[in-house]
Amino acid sequence: MSAEIPSESPEPSVAVVTPRRRKSQTREIIENSFGLVVVLVLLIGFFSFQTDHFFSGTTFQAIANQIPTNIFVAIGMTFVLIIGGIDLSVGSVLALGGAVLGVALVQWHWPLWAGILLCLLIGAICGLINGALTIRFQLPSFIVTLGLMEAARGATYLVTNSQTMYIGSVVETVDNISLFGLSLPFFLAIALVVFGQLVLSSTVFGRYLIALGTNEEAVRLSGIDPRPVKLAVFTLSGTLAALGGVSYCARLSSADPNAGSGFELAAIAAVVIGGTSLMGGRGSVINSLFGVLVIAVLENGLAQLGAPESVKRLVTGAVIIVAVIVDFYRVRRADRKARAAG
Amino acid sequence: MPVDIRTPVPLLLTTGLAKSYASPVLSDVQLELRFGEVHALVGENGAGKTTLCHIIAGLRQPDAGEMRLDGHIYKPSDKRAAEQAGVRIVLQELSLIDNLTVAENLFLQQLPHRGGWIKRNQLADAAHEALQKVGLAELDSGTLVRQSGIGQKQLVEIAAGLSQRCRVLILDEPTAALTVADTKRLFVQIRKLQQTGVGIIFISHHLEEVQEIADRVSVLRDGRMVATKMRGRYNLDEIIRLMVGRELGEAIDRPSTVNKNRIAFRVENLKALPVVRDVSFEVRPREILGFAGLMGSGRTETMRVIYGADPRSSGRIFLDEKEVSIRKPADAVKLGIGFLTEDRKAQGLLLPKPLRMNITLARLEDEIAAFGGWLRRSKEIEIAEEWVRRLSVRSSSIEQLAANLSGGNQQKVVLARWLYRDCRVLICDEPTRGIDVGAKFEIYRLLSDLAAAGKAVIVVSSDLKELLALCDRIAVLSAGKLTTTFRRGEWTEDLIMSAAFSELTKATQTN
Repeated sequence: MSAEIPSESPEPSVAVVTPRRRKSQTREIIENSFGLVVVLVLLIGFFSFQTDHFFSGTTFQAIANQIPTNIFVAIGMTFVLIIGGIDLSVGSVLALGGAVLGVALVQWHWPLWAGILLCLLIGAICGLINGALTIRFQLPSFIVTLGLMEAARGATYLVTNSQTMYIGSVVETVDNISLFGLSLPFFLAIALVVFGQLVLSSTVFGRYLIALGTNEEAVRLSGIDPRPVKLAVFTLSGTLAALGGVSYCARLSSADPNAGSGFELAAIAAVVIGGTSLMGGRGSVINSLFGVLVIAVLENGLAQLGAPESVKRLVTGAVIIVAVIVDFYRVRRADRKARAAG
Repeated sequence: MPVDIRTPVPLLLTTGLAKSYASPVLSDVQLELRFGEVHALVGENGAGKTTLCHIIAGLRQPDAGEMRLDGHIYKPSDKRAAEQAGVRIVLQELSLIDNLTVAENLFLQQLPHRGGWIKRNQLADAAHEALQKVGLAELDSGTLVRQSGIGQKQLVEIAAGLSQRCRVLILDEPTAALTVADTKRLFVQIRKLQQTGVGIIFISHHLEEVQEIADRVSVLRDGRMVATKMRGRYNLDEIIRLMVGRELGEAIDRPSTVNKNRIAFRVENLKALPVVRDVSFEVRPREILGFAGLMGSGRTETMRVIYGADPRSSGRIFLDEKEVSIRKPADAVKLGIGFLTEDRKAQGLLLPKPLRMNITLARLEDEIAAFGGWLRRSKEIEIAEEWVRRLSVRSSSIEQLAANLSGGNQQKVVLARWLYRDCRVLICDEPTRGIDVGAKFEIYRLLSDLAAAGKAVIVVSSDLKELLALCDRIAVLSAGKLTTTFRRGEWTEDLIMSAAFSELTKATQTN
């Protein structure tokens, strides 16, 4: 440092703030999703040319009615990943919620709304347990939720006697309310994605999530208690998983004790394809939706191409890895751009 | 520098060593180490002692100058190369691996093995022998390092250094965590090594120890070697004077406008053992209270405990003479106490996030958010731009990432967060560490303005000149105790340094 600085305090120099056109928030979100939308369009295009029936209302309807469960789980997972955690218990919690719903409707003859409420409550409690243990004993959420993944599955077997419980028409009403052939859960899922994205990008809570995932110690030392925020995130994830349980039951008219196994990994895959960082501090709910869509389109398209399960899994795996690599370069380029601006 | 004519070639000789990072840390340093000599290196915090040792041990490369070992050019490219040449360092920060046993740590680089399988017995024997030397014979070498105490760890570290054959051994503050008895045992080992011709460089803040063990003492000040004294040809006061220097640097004269009638903030008998042993002080409105002390005197720990970031053993805290309960940082902030941490990157900033988010973080709930917790985007932008302007943060826009700012501007951003929070009491831990001179003065000005606005400001700093220029009073911590508080006009650098050493002196004398 050879710059000569006068020894008395210098004139408060004018900061070099060049006010550039600031992007509106919506535009920013759209820009962030652009790459994924392109990928989605390419995939749909590819399958439409390769098969006779892919590009049809039936296919899109099928996909739309199949994905709500995954979307609910993915929204919760997005929040958990943003704070630098992980929730492996969602698949089991989904099954447990469904089982409790089944028991409430079939054995106790509760009205549907009360059953759903109980189901969501069970999910919230599971999430609360995850959060409380993670915070109280400063354990990695990976371990805690892995434990609950087993425990909740066990509880599901207990509740259902390890047998698929047929619920019947009571629960089907959820799925049967529809508009243009799209079910109520689909609309609810889309609404929650939009709401979740707004919460993430426009509320204090959302800002805290991003800050926590970026530097928890800095947040704590800024006078913000991270514990209630983290607790809320895990509770939310559990509740959304249980909501996934409701839509799952509604679609199958029954509660399956093995429901949702592997959903946690599918959700993580979708969220990561959507560009949410496993390290925390960065993520988007909208893009998680696109992540779910990419996986769903791939699976349906490959199925219509007649690809066997083996090929489907190979391709899905490759897509996940490629998506993460692309995201790595995207972030690096954005950082470099920001540095050049600085 | 006195020259010993009996040994024309010194064991180690450095000439013209220089090293700078943002500013020069070492310039033109000459150090001569003779065969079988214990050569102590003393100086204030940041004088360059550790940097010098790191260069000799191959951990860092000098910008200029040369080193000769035994008369031959010695230019280690890394620690390994230095060790092969016979130069070893026992580092100040513990570099042991917690989850390995003591024995494994001692011989990590040359574990005795047959075909990859560790020979446990041979390892245990060798470890036992090495531990005996540092008086740790009773320690089972199969204990995990994690399970041993801090003093034991330090001794294990030293044992690791002693167990390898070397010609030059550098001990960087080896006694900082040792009891007096352990220190004595260490000195016995040092003398034994000395007799075999090993040259030892010994860094310590305990000047009495230096007096006891060192054949010669070299004093570093601001990266320059200011004197080398033979045993018996100096006294401690003289050494302290040499360490502090005389030139009174860039003083910013701040008129004292302390409100003498009120006490804004008071701490009574604060303890967080073992580091913080007894701290009581008060700060008045419009006052800047400085905290001076040596490295490890517990200044940062004291502030963290006050702020609720770490638990305390006992002590009471009063705000406006009303006792308050602070159990977590959120409590402190709610009461109007802010804390600018010493490590802005690890504990202050959201590095990969825009300035905007960094500035408004502590005040989202009560200022930026509207009903229901929805952020008012335009308000946030307005606030962030206002503070960037007020503090002259040099940036392209408020959307620039904090990671891409210079150190000084990063510090301003964290400071902006607290100024915007509008605290009654602001604790600043090393507010100007690692930032350039220009930014330093801007931060001095901001802190002065803050005090002038009626706030109570606490500044912890290792830069004594900074405290002298800025503060109305300076409290001195020594080994976790607040020993003296000086008023402006009462203090001299010598007095402050003596106070900083006082508890260490006591410990040596009573044992």
